[in-house]
Amino acid sequence: MTAPSATSAPGAGRARRSGLLMVSPAMILMALFMILPFLLAFAMSFTNQRLVSPNPAQWVGFDNYKQMLGVGVLVLSPEKDAQGQAAREADGSPVYPGLREYTRDNPDYPQLNRMREWFHLDWSGDQRLYVLASDVIFMKALVNTVLFVVVVAPVQALLALLLAMLINQPLRGINFFRTIYFMPVVISMVVVAFLWRFIYAGDNGLLNALLGQLSFGAIKPVDWLGQPSTALGAIMAMSIWQGVGFHMIVWLSGLQTIPASLYEAAALEGASKWQVFRFVTWPGLRNTAILIMVVITMQAFTLYPQIDVMTRGGPLDSTQSLVFQAVQRGYGKQDIAGGSAISVFLFLFVLAISLGQRWLTREKK
Amino acid sequence: MKHPMMPTIAAKALNYTLLTWIALVFVFPIVFMIVSSLKPDLQLLQDASSLRAFLPVGDISFDNYRNAFQRVPIGHFIFNSVLVTAVTMVLSLAVCSMAAFAFVFLEFPGKNAMLAVVLATFIVPFESIAIPLLLVVNNLPWIGAGGVTVGWLNSYHVQIVPFIADALTIFLFVQYFRDLPRDLVEAARVDGASYFQIYRRIILPLAGPVFATAAILKFLAMYNQYLWPVMAAQSEDYRPIMVGLQYFFQLNIAWGEMMAYLTVITVPVLLFYLSLQRAFIASIASTGVKG
Repeated sequence: MTAPSATSAPGAGRARRSGLLMVSPAMILMALFMILPFLLAFAMSFTNQRLVSPNPAQWVGFDNYKQMLGVGVLVLSPEKDAQGQAAREADGSPVYPGLREYTRDNPDYPQLNRMREWFHLDWSGDQRLYVLASDVIFMKALVNTVLFVVVVAPVQALLALLLAMLINQPLRGINFFRTIYFMPVVISMVVVAFLWRFIYAGDNGLLNALLGQLSFGAIKPVDWLGQPSTALGAIMAMSIWQGVGFHMIVWLSGLQTIPASLYEAAALEGASKWQVFRFVTWPGLRNTAILIMVVITMQAFTLYPQIDVMTRGGPLDSTQSLVFQAVQRGYGKQDIAGGSAISVFLFLFVLAISLGQRWLTREKK
Repeated sequence: MKHPMMPTIAAKALNYTLLTWIALVFVFPIVFMIVSSLKPDLQLLQDASSLRAFLPVGDISFDNYRNAFQRVPIGHFIFNSVLVTAVTMVLSLAVCSMAAFAFVFLEFPGKNAMLAVVLATFIVPFESIAIPLLLVVNNLPWIGAGGVTVGWLNSYHVQIVPFIADALTIFLFVQYFRDLPRDLVEAARVDGASYFQIYRRIILPLAGPVFATAAILKFLAMYNQYLWPVMAAQSEDYRPIMVGLQYFFQLNIAWGEMMAYLTVITVPVLLFYLSLQRAFIASIASTGVKG
């Protein structure tokens, strides 16, 4: 705002008083219910605060963060049998020494104390690389959340753009279709998630019935939410279904700001459909594209109600998310300090990404 | 006027076919929900493997609704949801539009800093402050019928007051007010009107569209709230409609009743949307106005 300063004008004092008075309800409410909890989360993440506890909280420094983010690596060779040969299972796979020998109070490996296996890679020459973490569930939640954002944000943005271009045609009755496509947006994600539990059900779900009939029984029923390999993907697909209409409308309002004269000029020049999109439509959508990517990314990071209703993080932690873990710990397990540490981490992560997006999409002079 | 991409008849037919198939993708779960709410559990599960899932055929009745109403105090929950949503909407529009008026038309110390902080809170996901917020409201005093009490849990105000002021609503009003001519305010000042009078008598009557936008977005956010009432309003007296779904988390899920409950909480919103669909869509579109 670059309005000329009113401080010297008559009545400036009145403007100051009225201004402060008029913003104060909103500012007090935001300070109390946004800023204060935010600062509390920061502060509590450095303590051992519990939701309900007889003992006063103590400062623990970065312990919560160390516990959360601690990662270690261990390369193991197979155990040798009496002849000095690598010991093998019945099926020929090598036998490795137990991890517990290294992670339970082993003075030679203090940095690995109390860690658990996150995943392992088989190395050349029978060696195996173990990646350990002090908080394996957090690591899985982090990976799942990032995966969710990396898949959902671009796919949803692209589908929304295609729908918007379809809806932007001068066809009779197009408003009817627009209304339908937008419908899931007004339905609560909680309701949507309940409904999709039916669609994904393993025994008599709608999706399995459809796939089975389309393939004449060649595709066997899948328990979409019940197995680690499909659960997260199923939740992604449902989330896109629910959210795509919202961003379709945002794209549409961007499309409608492009002057028709540009399209007419392109038609006169004999431009192909792709050329029209590439040189007229897309440049006109630049600002919309930035906005949509920022908004979808931020929405995708707060992945929570779907998880709570559909899988509660399972099976085998394959659908854990950061927000679900933050709530689970802070509220479910009453470990409000641990939950706060996850919240702070989430906030810093989102901040870094939105700063990164802003930098990538800055106006190039 | 000849549109540059005027489609031919064949292209049109193809277009409508595509549009219709996509429409089916978006409506089928909703049709399934409504149709299933009319069927007994056994038939519902059998029908789910064929097209009958979308047709109101077989043993159709409102039994599920009757049973769901017996299991859950639906009427009371709807009342709670409507009360919380309506009161929050009204207070939010008043408080946020007033703040936005001051941000746009008045000069006062700390203005730019405050606006910057408000906009910065955009990137704080609510879920990440929900638990510390629980601690805050648990230690706040409230003056009610029973005198002064400490702790807001299990009440209406715990579901209302924290959501009155929010960055999106303030931002929408700021955007809209910035496009209004400043002369309006200057002229009224010369006539001796106070700033509050200017806000009420001159700016508010011009702000119909942005009020509709903000009201719709707030309505959706509040009616669909889940995480916060689960944590802060576990008492049945104050529980909103979404949290009532927890009654159906059981070992033996009563599918038909659950579908009836889902239909009861969703259809009013859908009807509201369908009757005001232009305003709904305009409200979403205006969040995309470049800042």
